[in-house]
Amino acid sequence: MNFETTIGLEVHVELKTNSKIFSPSPVKYGAEANANTNVIDWGYPGTLPTVNKQVIANGITAALALHADIQKHPHFDRKNYFYPDNPKGYQVTENDTPAAINGWIEVKSGDGKKKIGIEEMHVEEDAGKNTHGKNYSYVDLNRQGTPLIEIVSKPEMSSPQEAYDYLEGLRERIQFTGVSDVKMEEGSMRVDCNISLRPIGSDQLGQKIELKNLNSFNYVRKALAYEEERQAQVLMSGGTIGAETRRFDELTGKTYLMRVKEGKDDYRYFPEPDLPSLDISDDWINELREALPEMPASRRKRYVNDLGLTEYDAMVLTQTKEMSDFFNKLVELGSDPKMASNYLQGDVNAYLNDNQVVLEDTKITPEALATMIKMIMDKTISTKMAKKVFKAITEGKDPKKFVKEKGLVQLSDPAKLQPIIDEVLENNQQSIEDFHNGKDRAVGFLIGQIMKQTHGKANPQIVNQLLMKSLNN
Amino acid sequence: MNYFDNDLESVHQQLVNGDITSEELTKQTIDKINSEADDIQAYLSMNDQAIEKAKAIDAAGIDPDNIFSGMPIAIKDNIVTKNMKTTAASKMLENFTSVYDATVVEKLEKAGAVIVGKTNLDEFAMGSSTEKSAFKTTRNPWNLDTVPGGSSGGSAATVSAGEVPVSLGSDTGGSIRQPASFTGVVGLKPTYGRVSRWGLIAFGSSFDQIGPLTNNVKDNAHMLNAIAGHDEHDATSSKKEVPDFTEHIDAGVKGLRIALPKEYLGEGVDPEIKTAIKQAAETYQKLGATVDEVSLPNSKYGVMAYYVLASSEASSNLERFDGVRYGYRADGVKNLEDLYVKTRSTGFGNEVKRRIMLGTFSLSAGSFDRYFKQAAKIRTIILNDFQKVFKDHDLIMGPTTPTTAFKVGTESTDPTEMYTNDTLTIPVNLAGLPGMSLPAGFSKGLPIGMQLIGRPFDESTIYQAGYAFEQNTDFHKEKPQLGGK
Amino acid sequence: MTEKVNEEKTQHIAGLAKLSIDKEDLPKFTEQLNDMLEMLDEIDTVDTDGVEPTYTVTDRINVMREDVADNWGQRDALLHNAPEAVDGLIRVPTIIDESEDK
Repeated sequence: MNFETTIGLEVHVELKTNSKIFSPSPVKYGAEANANTNVIDWGYPGTLPTVNKQVIANGITAALALHADIQKHPHFDRKNYFYPDNPKGYQVTENDTPAAINGWIEVKSGDGKKKIGIEEMHVEEDAGKNTHGKNYSYVDLNRQGTPLIEIVSKPEMSSPQEAYDYLEGLRERIQFTGVSDVKMEEGSMRVDCNISLRPIGSDQLGQKIELKNLNSFNYVRKALAYEEERQAQVLMSGGTIGAETRRFDELTGKTYLMRVKEGKDDYRYFPEPDLPSLDISDDWINELREALPEMPASRRKRYVNDLGLTEYDAMVLTQTKEMSDFFNKLVELGSDPKMASNYLQGDVNAYLNDNQVVLEDTKITPEALATMIKMIMDKTISTKMAKKVFKAITEGKDPKKFVKEKGLVQLSDPAKLQPIIDEVLENNQQSIEDFHNGKDRAVGFLIGQIMKQTHGKANPQIVNQLLMKSLNN
Repeated sequence: MNYFDNDLESVHQQLVNGDITSEELTKQTIDKINSEADDIQAYLSMNDQAIEKAKAIDAAGIDPDNIFSGMPIAIKDNIVTKNMKTTAASKMLENFTSVYDATVVEKLEKAGAVIVGKTNLDEFAMGSSTEKSAFKTTRNPWNLDTVPGGSSGGSAATVSAGEVPVSLGSDTGGSIRQPASFTGVVGLKPTYGRVSRWGLIAFGSSFDQIGPLTNNVKDNAHMLNAIAGHDEHDATSSKKEVPDFTEHIDAGVKGLRIALPKEYLGEGVDPEIKTAIKQAAETYQKLGATVDEVSLPNSKYGVMAYYVLASSEASSNLERFDGVRYGYRADGVKNLEDLYVKTRSTGFGNEVKRRIMLGTFSLSAGSFDRYFKQAAKIRTIILNDFQKVFKDHDLIMGPTTPTTAFKVGTESTDPTEMYTNDTLTIPVNLAGLPGMSLPAGFSKGLPIGMQLIGRPFDESTIYQAGYAFEQNTDFHKEKPQLGGK
Repeated sequence: MTEKVNEEKTQHIAGLAKLSIDKEDLPKFTEQLNDMLEMLDEIDTVDTDGVEPTYTVTDRINVMREDVADNWGQRDALLHNAPEAVDGLIRVPTIIDESEDK
C-alpha cells in the first residue's frame, strides 16, 4: 500500500513591542526572573487588561504579508485551563473571530512553486515559563503577556521538505515585515506540527498526530520524516493510528508518545468581558498596507530585472531585511548595484563573520559605504585603496575625510601624469625599444616605474592610456 | 446624638468649622462600631491606621471644598486595598493584602476620606444574605434576627446603624440595592462603566459595578461624584462626562414620565410592598409626575439568563485562585494537580462552588449554545424591553425586592427559590442600567425598598426623583434601635 | 425536559474546575447541579430566533493604549505575597503531568 502525507503547521510568533499585550510591563528577553511583571501579569484579584495598540497593528501587518483577509470586528476570548505559567487560569486569545483568515504564501516545491493556504491568524498572549526541579517546579512570569500571533496553515503540505520550505517562507515574510525577530533559538518562533497519512486515492484524511518540542526547522523536517515512516509502518502492519501528541527527541531523532488525546480539550471559550470589541477601520488597514515593507520575493525580482544582478546575488542580499534594506539604500544613494552587491557580499559579510555581529550593530552606514563606492566609481580612489577606506568606515570614520587626510586620492589628471610618464620614458630608453620589438612585458615594467614615482596613487587605467599614446607616437 | 444622623453636608460643615475634628469623629465612629460589633458584625477588619490618617488630615486642615475630607467611610471587602487585608469573605484570601489600591480607594483617599474598615459580604459577593461569608454573619440593625441582605450586607448594615455616613458596595445582580432595601438605606448601582472596576474582585465582569450606600439620596450623589469617571485601567469604563450629581438634585419631578412595570407588582411580591409602591406612585403623581403602567414582558427570563452568564464569568474569574501566586495554598500536597484541587476544594465555600459548577457546565462543550449563548440572546431581549419603555418614559419605578428581610438561617437552599429573590434587581444588571433603592415604607418593623431605574448614564434623574420622594416622605428619617434593644 | 446530569458528568465538570468531589458527596453535588439546571429548564422555550447575543453592555469600542513600557516595580511585593518564592521564582510542587501544556 502506498500512502500520501498531509501536514499542517501551527506557528507561534512573538511580536516585537515595547510593552506587553495587556499590561504596560516591558517585553524583554533574558531579564532577571519576574523582573518585568506587575499585578496584571500575576493575575491579581481586581486587575483588568488593556490592549496594546501596536500589537493589533503588528497583527494586521503580519496578516497583510500573508495575503490574509483582515477581520473588521475581532474580539478577544478567554481560553480556560489551569497551569502554573497561566496566572489568570485563562489565556486571552481570539477564538471566535481571529484577526485574519484565508491567507497564503508561495513556497518553493521541488523545482517549482506552490501556494500553501493559511487557515487563520490570531493574536494572543504568551504564557510565563515553568522550569522543573526534582521535587518542585518554578514559575517565572516575565514572558506572561508577551504578544503572540498564531498562524495556522491549512493541511496542504505533502512532505517534510515542503513543511520546511513553508517555514522558511513564513519566517522570511514575517521577518521582512519587521514585526518579529522570528528566531527559533530565542523562542520568538515556535512550531507545532500535525501529520497524517492516508492511502493514495482516499478522500478522507487519516488520523493526525500532533508533534511538539521542535526547536529548529531541521528538527521539524527530521521529526516529520521519522513520523511519516513510523505511521506508514504501523498502517502497513495492520495497526491504527490513535489521536496522540508526540514529542521529538533531538538525540535519538525519534518521536515519543507524550499523551493520548481523549476527546477534544474543553477550554470553555467565551468572549472576554473585560475588553470591548475592536472596529478595524479601512483607513488603518490602508495605512499599514502602505507602510508594509516590500517582501523578499518582490525584491529579488526587482534586483534581477531592474538592477541586473544575478539570481544568486539577489538571493544572498535578501537573506535578512537589514541586508536588503542596506542594499536598497546604497542603490538609492547612487551606488552601482553590482558594486554595492559585491561589497555587501564581500567585505561587509567578511567583517560581520569575523566579528560575529549583525549589520545593525556595526558602525557601517549606507551613507559611508555609498560615498566610498562613488569614489571608486569616479576613480577618486582605487579598489586597492578602498580596502583601507572600508576599514576606516567600520571604525565609524568619514570616508571622504579619511581619504583626504591619508592622501589616498588617486592621481588621474593627465596634465600631472604626463610629465612623470615622460620622465620615466626618458630614463628607460631600452624599454621603449623592447616595446617596439614586440616585448609586451616592457609595458608592465614601465607602469611599475610610474606607480613607483607616484607612490601608487596613479590611476592605472589613465596611466595605461597615456603611456600607450606616448609609446606609439 | 449620633453625628451620622446628620447628612454629609452638615457633618462636613462641622468639620470645617472645627466643631469636631476628624480624629474625634473617627474615634467615635470606631468606638461605635466596636461597641455594636457583637450585634451587627458588619466588619471583617478594621483599619488600624485610621486614627493616624484622621490626625494627618486635621493637621493639614479640612478641605472646605471637599466633602469627604476627614470623613470616616467603610469599604466592602471585595475592593482591594494595599494597607489593609482584602478577603472577599473567603478562606481563599483570608490573609491576603493586595499590592495595589482599587481606583475608587485611590480617589477616596485622595479626597481625604478615612477608611475605618472593610465590611462583610457573601463570599466573593455570591449571595443575598451575607450569611455565605466564610467568617461571620452580619445582622440587620432593624431586627437582629434578620439578615441585612447581600452581598453588600456589611456595608448596608453599618450605614443603617449610623456607624458611618457612607460605604461602598458592589452590585452584580442586586448586591447593593437588595441590602439597601432590607436595611432601610439608599443604595445605588451606577450604569455599567460609570465607576471603574479596577480593584474590584471580579464576580460577573459584564455586570459588576461599585456603588454607594448612604442614609439619604443627596449623600449618595456626593459619593457617586467622588468615585465616578473614566479610568484608563478599566477598558470598559465610560468616557461619558460626569455631571455634578448634586447640582440639580432638587429639580423636582414635575413632568417626569415614570413607568411602573406590571410585572414588578406581580405574583410573589409581598402585598404590603405592593401597597407601599402604589402609594409611592401616588406621591409622585401628586408631585406632578405621570406614572404609567408598562410591561417588561421578558423580565421573567432575567434570572435564568443572569445565573448562566454571571456564573460562567465567575467560573472563569475565580480560576486565578489556585494557590500558586497569592492567598491560600492547601497543605500537604503531593503534586501540582493535588495543589489545585485541594486548595480550591477547601478554599471555596459551597455557594461559590455551586456557581463555579453551574458556570463551568454552561461553558463546557455541548452546553455553550444551549446555555451561555441562549442566555446572552435573552439578555438582548431584556435590553430591548427596557429601551422600548425608555422611549417615552424617563424613569422606571418598582419594588427592590419581593419581600422584606428574612430571618437568619432561613435563606432557602432551593436554588430556584433562593435566586428569585433577585428577580427585580437582576434585569437592571443585564441591561447595564443605573438603579437605586431607597426607603419607601415598613412592613412589620422592617424597611421596604423602592427601586428607581434610569436610562444609561442618567443617574441624575434617579437622584432627582429619589430626592423629591425623600423630601415628601419620612421613611428615611426612621432609624433602627438595634433590634428594639 | 431537564438535561439530567449524571454523576459521571458532575465529576467531569468538577475536574475542569479543579474541584474535588468525594465519592460520598457526589450524589449531593449532582443533585444540586440538577436543581440549578431545573431552574434553567425554560431557557430553551424563549424565542430568540434572529436575536444577536449580548456579551457586554459597555459603551466603549476600540479601547487601546499606546505601546509604552512602564515597569511598576511591584516584583518584590508580589514575590513577598507568594505562598512560596525561591530566587525570585514562584515555587510549586512538581508538575508530574507535562501533558497539560497547552
